[in-house]
Amino acid sequence: MLGEQIIKGMAVTARNFFGSYVSKNRLTTVQYPEERLVPKANTRQFPMLVFDGDAEKGLRCVACTICEKECPPKCIYIVKSKDKKPDYKGQPQLYPAVFDIDVSVCMSCQICVEVCPFESIKMNTEFELATDDRFEGLLLHKNELAKSNEYYHKLHPDDAKESDAVLTAEKSRAEAKAKTAAEAKAKAAATAPAAK
Amino acid sequence: MEALEQIKARLGAALPLTKLDILPNECSGGERSLLVEPGRAFDVAKFLRDDAQLKLDYCSNVTGIDWPEAKIKTKVTKKVLVEGVEKEVEEIVETLRSGHLEVVYHLYSMELQHGPIVLRLRTENRADKTHLPSLTPVWRGAEFQEREVYDLYGVIFDGHPDLRRILMWDEFVGFPMRRDYVAPDDFEYEPTPHDEVLAEAKKHYPTTEVKA
Amino acid sequence: MNAVAELPPKSFAVKPKLDESGTPIGELLEVSMGPHHPSTHGVFRMDVSLDGETVVKLKPVFGYLHRNHEKIGENISYLASMPYTDRLDYFCSMTNNWAYALTIEKLAGLAVPERAEYIRVIMAELTRLQNHTCLIGFFVQDMGALGTPMMYAFREREKILDLFESVSGARMMCNYMRFGGVRVDVNDEWLAQTKKVVGDYGNFLDEFEAFLTQNEILLARTQFVGVLPRDLAVSASVTGPMLRASGVNYDLRKVDKYGIYSRFDFQVPVGEHGDVYDRYMMRVLEMRESIKILQQALRDIPAGPVMDPKAKLRGFRPKPGEAYGRVEAPKGELGFYIISDGSPNPYRYRVRPPSFVNLTILEDMCLGHRIADAVVILGSVDIVLGEVDR
Repeated sequence: MLGEQIIKGMAVTARNFFGSYVSKNRLTTVQYPEERLVPKANTRQFPMLVFDGDAEKGLRCVACTICEKECPPKCIYIVKSKDKKPDYKGQPQLYPAVFDIDVSVCMSCQICVEVCPFESIKMNTEFELATDDRFEGLLLHKNELAKSNEYYHKLHPDDAKESDAVLTAEKSRAEAKAKTAAEAKAKAAATAPAAK
Repeated sequence: MEALEQIKARLGAALPLTKLDILPNECSGGERSLLVEPGRAFDVAKFLRDDAQLKLDYCSNVTGIDWPEAKIKTKVTKKVLVEGVEKEVEEIVETLRSGHLEVVYHLYSMELQHGPIVLRLRTENRADKTHLPSLTPVWRGAEFQEREVYDLYGVIFDGHPDLRRILMWDEFVGFPMRRDYVAPDDFEYEPTPHDEVLAEAKKHYPTTEVKA
Repeated sequence: MNAVAELPPKSFAVKPKLDESGTPIGELLEVSMGPHHPSTHGVFRMDVSLDGETVVKLKPVFGYLHRNHEKIGENISYLASMPYTDRLDYFCSMTNNWAYALTIEKLAGLAVPERAEYIRVIMAELTRLQNHTCLIGFFVQDMGALGTPMMYAFREREKILDLFESVSGARMMCNYMRFGGVRVDVNDEWLAQTKKVVGDYGNFLDEFEAFLTQNEILLARTQFVGVLPRDLAVSASVTGPMLRASGVNYDLRKVDKYGIYSRFDFQVPVGEHGDVYDRYMMRVLEMRESIKILQQALRDIPAGPVMDPKAKLRGFRPKPGEAYGRVEAPKGELGFYIISDGSPNPYRYRVRPPSFVNLTILEDMCLGHRIADAVVILGSVDIVLGEVDR
């Protein structure tokens, strides 16, 4: 009969409508902002700089500007410092005097994280950055970007563990190299006066 | 599908006095292209489409390329007499490549499911002699793509049914994809300019002091 | 019971009333179905000339979303172009990434490990599923269904986007493929979740089809509307489901056999009439075939690395040369033509967008139909303005 398929279609709609009260599978929305969805483990929004301990002295970034060069829309702006400070291995390194990210330009592509050799820039998951200041409000400076390592562990526990493992391996390798260099120097100093 | 040399031979037999060249492609994964003179390009295209062994009825891609005037350095080995002994010496030879625009057609066959054949057409120069024959009467699918090459590069296709700008607005002046195109610097205001954009922006807007 | 037992004549094309000299009688109404229009799938304009309600001339106007992606590609490195390719056809970012990665692998001679090939096929078929699902939602909304089927489509699409988010970090702009493999590996938890989603998808498709495929309104509005003859489709370089609806069996997964598609057992649906209803059915049948491919891929995926060890992330300079690589994107043939001159940036970076080329015969399909049919025909072409304008 004419209209039979339309009535079948209405039956499907009715099933979905009444089903949405009963099963979560048929419900399309949540009552944001009172109810929020659980974020996924690997979600990425905008970058952040990781520090160990102190936000100024423990900042991992050494201002190598690799992320600035590789960033596709060029939203990172770095000015290197004039002096040096010791890093996690104890060697003096430069640090960024200015590190700005323009989040109105950033497209969350994660290439800066991929190319960073020092495990210092990672992805944050905060996206509620709406502000009424169109230019200054969306330009994040170094103090706003710096987040502690504990915060990073809370966001992405697996990635943070891997990152810590890489840094401890680097540190032990540097210490082993320093030890063998010191031993070689001590041996050379011991044999030199004997040769005389 | 037969080799490019065979196709060139058959084309030369069917359309005599046509200048055809096979251009090499240094990448091994890519295909070599067939350079055709613009005057006979339409007949060559019709032959490729209607020939029973080729049946290239599907024009997949029409691309415009800008080759500005440039000095090309190539290494050439020459035999030179040095102190009475013949030696092979490597010299760097500079050739001047005259500027031209190029249009590349990628052709496939849906009926015989083979391909691609790459056709290349070159204009005489980049300034005034930028006319090429349109292959839209042969493959209808080239219509919008040739319009795009006209819009962004400035190649004028003779015989195109409706040649006008497609992506830019009609009153736009200039050809954006050319290598020497300079965008006007008051198009948009970038909140955090640096490098060249910063230098240009300083002329128009007040700068903010960088706090070290 | 089939509601269309008596088939109407082959095409509803109506010719406008002409006088002796050939000009249409009366005045033509020129309507600009302008860029801000809920039914035009993006910022797309059609300048339509109407004789009464019949379309006499139709000129598509676009370029409102032109970002000159090709010139940006010439000024940044090869890797930095990858997130820009996400934004071409913003519904199908994984297939855009794959097409670009395929072209660069052809250019530089990189080999992709097997596990990465399986992952790429899984991502591409998931993309095809979610693209066709939400396309049907838009298509039915253009006909006046006011959003309810679209909501069901988006609800299922969210399940697939959740999978994309858990592996790559972003729902739509995934930036997942790299030259020589994929960026990160998938774990067993993700594969189990994908198996569940793919298993449930068949039930959803059954429910979706139950209230659409035999619906009298859909049949009356789409059968024999916008007929595209076979020869015109081939000559106009149409590709994708639109071409196959006109009766041409040309699917790049079977012709080029790129990736490892030759290992999977699937069929290519081919239509008969070339009208809007056939294009809709093409997409539904393609979704069923995609589910088959996904089940086979999820069953057979091997262990192993996911990146070519020879591939470099920074300082990637392929040797001079050129290459053209193409994939079967959900909308048609997506091709990339890259010319390299040995420097870190490409010399020429060209995208061959399927929607742009499919729009060539929009006018021919709409002539003689009513203006309401023009909206439906445009919906069946399946355009995304990010791709048309780049």
